[in-house]
Amino acid sequence: MVKISEYPEEEFILPGTRLCAGCGLQLAYRWALKAFGHDTIVTLPASCSVVAGGVGGYSPLKIPAVYDCFETGASTASGLAGALKAKGREKTKTVVAWVGDGGTYDIGLQALSAAAERGDDFVYICANNQAYMNTGIQRSSASPYGARTTTTPILGKKEISKNMLKIMDAHGLSYMATASAAYPQDLFEKCQKAKEMQGQGVRYIEILCSCPPGWGYGVENSVKMARLAVETGYWPLWERIHGRITLSKAGSKFIDPEKRKPITDFLTPQVRFKHLKQDAISVWENYIAGVWKEIQKELDETNQ
Amino acid sequence: MPEKLVITGNFAAAYACKSANVDVVAAYPITPQSPVVEKISEFVESGEMPDTQFICVESEHSAMAACVGAAEAGARVFTASSANGLALMFELLCWCAGARLPAVVCIASRALGAPWTVWTDHQDAISMRDTGFMHQFCETNQEIYDSVLMAYRIAEDPRVFLPMFVTYDGYLLSHTMMPVQIEDPEKVRDFLPPLKTHVDVGELGETRSVSAVIPPDITVRPEGNTPGYMEYRYAMQKAHEYAIDVIEEVNREFKVKFGRSYGNGIYTSYKIEDADILIFGIGSVASQSRMAVDQLRSEGIKAGLISLKLFRPFPVKHLREIFTRVPLVVVFDRDVAYGYEGVLAYELKAALYPCQNRPIIRSYIVGLGGRNIPTDTLTKAVKRAIKEKDDSSVQLDPHTDFLDLDLDRLGLSIEDMQKEAQ
Ligand SMILES: Cc1ncc(C[n+]2csc(CCOP(=O)(O)OP(=O)(O)O)c2C)c(N)n1
Ligand SMILES: [Mg+2]
Repeated sequence: MVKISEYPEEEFILPGTRLCAGCGLQLAYRWALKAFGHDTIVTLPASCSVVAGGVGGYSPLKIPAVYDCFETGASTASGLAGALKAKGREKTKTVVAWVGDGGTYDIGLQALSAAAERGDDFVYICANNQAYMNTGIQRSSASPYGARTTTTPILGKKEISKNMLKIMDAHGLSYMATASAAYPQDLFEKCQKAKEMQGQGVRYIEILCSCPPGWGYGVENSVKMARLAVETGYWPLWERIHGRITLSKAGSKFIDPEKRKPITDFLTPQVRFKHLKQDAISVWENYIAGVWKEIQKELDETNQ
Repeated sequence: MPEKLVITGNFAAAYACKSANVDVVAAYPITPQSPVVEKISEFVESGEMPDTQFICVESEHSAMAACVGAAEAGARVFTASSANGLALMFELLCWCAGARLPAVVCIASRALGAPWTVWTDHQDAISMRDTGFMHQFCETNQEIYDSVLMAYRIAEDPRVFLPMFVTYDGYLLSHTMMPVQIEDPEKVRDFLPPLKTHVDVGELGETRSVSAVIPPDITVRPEGNTPGYMEYRYAMQKAHEYAIDVIEEVNREFKVKFGRSYGNGIYTSYKIEDADILIFGIGSVASQSRMAVDQLRSEGIKAGLISLKLFRPFPVKHLREIFTRVPLVVVFDRDVAYGYEGVLAYELKAALYPCQNRPIIRSYIVGLGGRNIPTDTLTKAVKRAIKEKDDSSVQLDPHTDFLDLDLDRLGLSIEDMQKEAQ
């Protein structure tokens, strides 16, 4: 891993966006854009990331951005990539679709699946803050078990989140990775790798983005929350290149249950989980155990 | 080399797409449009369209989204659809026009479900009215080919920068073979040079964003004020107004270059010089009305026809000029603004309202869901309109006449049918 001092100093998203104080998504955006660099076209469907792009001609972005309809992150990116190819310019630009969890897991899933199947040439980032935050914290199929949202306001979400990573894996992608807003170096390197794998179809990275108003914690704790998600073993960091999984250095030790912090460290500081009782916490613990079991199985198969 | 082929309307659209050297096609099949997609796929796979990227999307929604994305990167784009597919595109059609992207979209018109149907009427096309697209209708396969080429010229004109529909009747044109002159690529390129767009996110490193959030009011900034949403939309309305001159110009230029034209590019007329009754219709309805005009004339009724080619922008001035010459106009709509009446009819009424010599306008609904429109039906309706012209009780009654309903043979009254529906 490169030293933090060696990362590009140039910023592609300038201070003064319209995002909330302490927004985990903005942190991830900033580091991802550093990795993608100047020759990037980013397309963003309706989500908090559109708000980030400013209003009325003010824009904090230093790269061209195309704002698009909620369910068209992937299909707009397909069009952008197609146009570059038609003009023989596909090697000169990186097309990046930057999409929320709602735009990925729910309304945009069909277009994403189709683009992945066709092997259209772009990087797809799912900036997963675990609900429809832009429209006021409604449930998405990425919202985790038990989470209170404005459409699961009393009982909390009764279902565990959709296994989107497995769905994307089933498309046989050249590159897939998970990342967290709290691990910028890891995130940077994954974005860089996805960029370098130009011409190899859709490269998919899902970034867990902590959200102070949506999750219900103080703005000073965004990095802490995104970090705890990894340290409790809830959000494993890995990448899968041509189907081969490797744990990322930043989080590899959490394969050992002994090294993990208790999941309550992640859950209790968040208002959305305040109502959870012990039986719900067991659901979380089982979920985490299951996630790692699958990873372990995959690692074993890879090493055989 | 120019060549004359005997092809369907769908193939005429596909050939036009090839002649226009479109950069990106993204399309999804639906009856009766499917052969457009198939033919373009064949052109691309066989190497006959070497510069074109064909994105074989999973839905019409993605088709139009991909066209929008590609157009934002400076590409000339094409797609086509019908009925339910077109309805699925709606969000992106509005987006395309709002972003002022000069896409061309063909519509092989088809009635909208429910109930399921694949046959033609104009409901799908007409329902796209307020997307911001310009909109041409066609009556022959040659006209489809020519209109697509003209549509790109019009859409890409810097005075316009708006997308355009080219609509033709499903089956009646989409699946019917006619001779079509396919023009020499050099000559087409001369008429339609490569797109010089106003937006190319791939080229402009410092272009900050396309289609970002715009507040209601203008934003005052030291670097220069930026428009509010309403100013952008006013510009879009103005572009529609400017487009009329451009359309006439392009129609004239097309005639010089290729020897064909479609009236004044706004409408075509048939036997109107001495007419004292004018029929008004579009597409297949207009074609059928030509025969009705001949029939009526053989019976001594001086009828004529205005076939509207340009539905949007609505050519109010042209229509006023032509329709104030006669005391009676009969409008046949193959569409309904449900809860009101035929769209062409009420739009014409609105256009003529301020005129001194506005005619009586009689409106009929015909041929929904592919029901045949016999010439007799049209002539009878015209004669009825003549008879009832001065009957104010008929004129004041806000009913909509559906022609050729077969309720008697069905053995049901409309009240019975209502009960069945419940
Ligand atoms: C077709 C459509 N339906 C609904 C909306 C309203 N809408 C805008 S953003 C959004 C939620 C976005 O959620 P997500 O993708 O998770 O992004 P986030 O705001 O959380 O970053 C919704 C429901 C829309 N813009 N378009
Ligand atoms: Mg979200």
